Amino acid sequence: MSLDPATVRRIARLARIHVEEGEVARLQQELNGILGWIEQLNEIDVTDVEPLTGAAHMALRMREDAVTDGGIRDALLANAPERAGDFFAVPKVVE
Amino acid sequence: MTALTDLTLTAARDGLARRAFSAAELTEAHLAAIEALNPRINAFITVTAERARAQAAAADAALARGEGGPLAGLPIAIKDLFCTEGVRTTAGSRILGPFVPPYESTVTAQLRRDGAVFLGKANLDEFAMGSSNMTSAYGPVANPWRRRQDADAVLVPGGSSGGSAAAVAGRLALGATGTDTGGSIRQPASFCGVAGIKPTYGRCSRWGIVAFASSLDQAGPFARTVQDCALLLRSMAGFDPKDSTSAELAVPDFVAACGRGVRGLRIGVPREYRSDGMAGEIERLWQQGLDWLREAGAEIVDVSLPHTKYGLATYYIVAPAEASSNLARYDGVRFGLREDGADLTELYERTRGAGFGAEVRRRVLIGTYVLSAGYYDAYYLRAQKVRALILRDFTEAFREVDALLTPTTPTAAFAQGEKMDDPITMYLNDVFTVPANMAGVPGLSVPAGLDAQGLPLGLQVIGRPFDEETVFAVGSVLERAAGFDALPAVRAGVPG
Amino acid sequence: MSYSLQGASGPWEVVIGLEVHAQVISRAKLFSGAATAFGAAPNTQVSFVDAAFPGMLPVINRECVAQAVRTGLGLNAHINLVSRFDRKNYFYADLPAGYQISQYQHPIVGAGTIEIELPDGSTKDIGVTRLHLEQDAGKSLHDQHPTKSYIDLNRAGVALMEIVSEPDLRSPEEAGAYLRKLRTILRYLGTCDGNMEEGSMRADVNVSVRKHDEAFRTRCEVKNVNSIRFVMQAIEAEARRQIDVWEGGGTVEQETRLFDAARGLTRSMRSKEDAHDYRYFPDPDLLPLVLDEDWVASLRAGLPELPDAKRARFMQAYGLPAYDSGVLVAEQATADYYETVARGRDPKLAANWVMGDLFAALNRTGRGIEDSPVSAAVLGQLLDRMADATINGRIAKEVFEAMVESGRDADAIIAERGLRQVTDTGAIDAAVAQVLAANADKVADYKGGKDKLFGFFVGQVMKAMAGKGNPALVNEALRRHLA
Repeated sequence: MSLDPATVRRIARLARIHVEEGEVARLQQELNGILGWIEQLNEIDVTDVEPLTGAAHMALRMREDAVTDGGIRDALLANAPERAGDFFAVPKVVE
Repeated sequence: MTALTDLTLTAARDGLARRAFSAAELTEAHLAAIEALNPRINAFITVTAERARAQAAAADAALARGEGGPLAGLPIAIKDLFCTEGVRTTAGSRILGPFVPPYESTVTAQLRRDGAVFLGKANLDEFAMGSSNMTSAYGPVANPWRRRQDADAVLVPGGSSGGSAAAVAGRLALGATGTDTGGSIRQPASFCGVAGIKPTYGRCSRWGIVAFASSLDQAGPFARTVQDCALLLRSMAGFDPKDSTSAELAVPDFVAACGRGVRGLRIGVPREYRSDGMAGEIERLWQQGLDWLREAGAEIVDVSLPHTKYGLATYYIVAPAEASSNLARYDGVRFGLREDGADLTELYERTRGAGFGAEVRRRVLIGTYVLSAGYYDAYYLRAQKVRALILRDFTEAFREVDALLTPTTPTAAFAQGEKMDDPITMYLNDVFTVPANMAGVPGLSVPAGLDAQGLPLGLQVIGRPFDEETVFAVGSVLERAAGFDALPAVRAGVPG
Repeated sequence: MSYSLQGASGPWEVVIGLEVHAQVISRAKLFSGAATAFGAAPNTQVSFVDAAFPGMLPVINRECVAQAVRTGLGLNAHINLVSRFDRKNYFYADLPAGYQISQYQHPIVGAGTIEIELPDGSTKDIGVTRLHLEQDAGKSLHDQHPTKSYIDLNRAGVALMEIVSEPDLRSPEEAGAYLRKLRTILRYLGTCDGNMEEGSMRADVNVSVRKHDEAFRTRCEVKNVNSIRFVMQAIEAEARRQIDVWEGGGTVEQETRLFDAARGLTRSMRSKEDAHDYRYFPDPDLLPLVLDEDWVASLRAGLPELPDAKRARFMQAYGLPAYDSGVLVAEQATADYYETVARGRDPKLAANWVMGDLFAALNRTGRGIEDSPVSAAVLGQLLDRMADATINGRIAKEVFEAMVESGRDADAIIAERGLRQVTDTGAIDAAVAQVLAANADKVADYKGGKDKLFGFFVGQVMKAMAGKGNPALVNEALRRHLA
């Protein structure tokens, strides 16, 4: 599967990473190289193989329904690049 | 009298117990070493000298009361991927900015509980993505080892835990924490001539560790001896209810396991790890390792792990995919770097464009692509199936043998700037380490010999899930037989 | 008569599917230990996990899982003993991690049914496709500052059940009935309070139109409609819009829209360019959710009697018609109230009083049945006083109003106001004689054939007796005197 520049830009947008126009070609080449290399997995017969999702050593452990967290507003906001009183602030979003 | 910085962790612990020296002296010696050598090695991003002194003083007080924990007063380096409360944590990236975590990772909290002294935050490849520590936003790390010929060339320590490995090798710390997702403990351990283990997935908690690839990441220790690693791992490991992937299993006495020996054990040699172009030195060291184990009473058995060669390709689908999702939270809103934008989308794009380095960007884009509409089945789903086959290979092999022996890396450390043209060349460093991550099984690298340039080479021991004890036992036998006592050119106590 | 909208080219059928997001009643959030209570000060019910700080990890809340299972059982749906959590990846200011933990391929609950009651008394089964658990997002406030939006993460991570219906609904009324019934079931189960004003239940409405017997055409989604009334309005508005598009020769594009209640129209929310590629994949921080069969059985055993079963029982045990039963079981508190009143008494009389006088009084005083000024026991006692002939029906109404005003019980009011019914035949005879004497002309008319005047005489006698005459005895006395 080969990427064209438009696809590179689309993926960059999906990933919300700004890519300078001048970088697109180089990125395209690098990504295509990697994607070409991983194509080797198509050689393998995976019929009837269940995908592994992490170490399959147990089922999900559940916790009690108790309030054990929260009430940490100042710590929560302490690292905020832009804090507005009790809120995180971002450029206004129009829906 | 051994310099304090040349002690093993175990010997330092014994020395403290005997009152041969104080924790304060031990820490001071390491802080001095850091001050002298870190400008050259760049193993530390942040040095926490005052905290370390306070922790050492507390350790001395506890030891005086007879209440010292298993690691009381022992100075170690913490890979800057572990969130440390009140201490800046960067993940080797610009994007975390001045982030100071308001919480402590479970693994480092346990090390603190057991009395360890934290010297500072060790350098790493950005977001743990790399095999050379060249991608750090805080500059590359220099391997303390130099080639015999061309001694001026600065070599890479390996990665991503390059700073941790270099700190231990250079005697700037007695031990260090690292994380291993595709080889990021074992490969730098091999390049730096130290021991390092990636335990079974789920053995150590991931809570508070900046996530790279959630189904692969695992914390583990570096130290100069196998037993030192066992000592550190005992404190690092254990069930954590805050991590849903944490194994609810008791932590065995890894130190005791070191002395078990290998008599009667069956050691597997996976034929697929022998590649046509394998360097003669690596081949010979591998054979030597098998001889050592045979002499110690183990039986050597050929085994087959047919899907070995697909490990890297599988890794470079699964890890970037998970990373692309895990790194979405670095968006300039709640912490870290923010680059302004006219609207929210532009804020995200500019922040992440400025904050992520080239390798991280490559992997996030690959990951985004392989998960995107229409490609999930072809890439991610298929990769997870191949992963199941890789695990099956190990499971079947472990029916025949108790552990596997392989080289850790296909080469010794290379020079900074080499292998940078094509990302894939760099990825190939992890060809022997990645399969263990895909299967979740434990892997230990033991320094076993030197190559023709006098650079360390490691041998890797791979074990059954949750059987680190056998891994430590085998590793200890190798270590004793190898008698690796070479020293890096750049190290504490040697004028530079 | 099925619902259709008239277009220029003839009648159009409307096809509706509803996706309801119901906030789970639990103390803590789905994957963190922060509190879920409504109305807290901003960012005070947020853990570092909810805020997606580095290194944070999810751990699932057992009660949220139980609530989802209970709801599935209440919808007669299949419970999937093994299900899985997936990440839904997209960027938005109120989604700290850049992904929502949801369930995509393997939801916890499979297919089920909701039976809805329509105004004409008929019922219809609406299919439920699935129910899954997912995290709610935080809240963005766009009106606090001219150029900035403010983010409050209190709601981020609260457990939601997404309940998806089959596209079986065919009119705004059916959609309204579905939402009301779903809300009732959730409230009975105690798994969601169904409060659409507070946002604990929200509906996304999928609407398409077609000519009768045609295959489905393109649908559009109207998101986050927060009242049943608006859902019904939005359906009609969107259906009309689509009809206009089709009849104008155009094609309806699949898109997401919002309902503008002020204008009664839907408007486009996002352009096609931003259509999301969610890149679903299994969440690697979580393992498969595996439910123990015995545990599910214990949850089933602990369920309350559900509305449909209760309604059937009311019809059977109390002889009530379907409509009345339906009204009484719409809220569990109402059903419980009714049963307390009806126990050991005339069930139909009890139903009339509850649905008539009580509901009217609650409406008038703005109260709910939970804080009714007249308790079930007290109302029951009022019925007893009619049954034992202490008072008659008309006096009972007067007593009831006094009970509502004063909060006192029937006996107290009857005694205080001297409202006991008169059963003394002598007094009744005297009153009858007096009335007939005063209305000799009407007596003559009555005897001449105007039977309806009997009611007039009854009224006059009652008036003379200040309403306290025993109606049966009054009737009997009048018949005797008029014979």
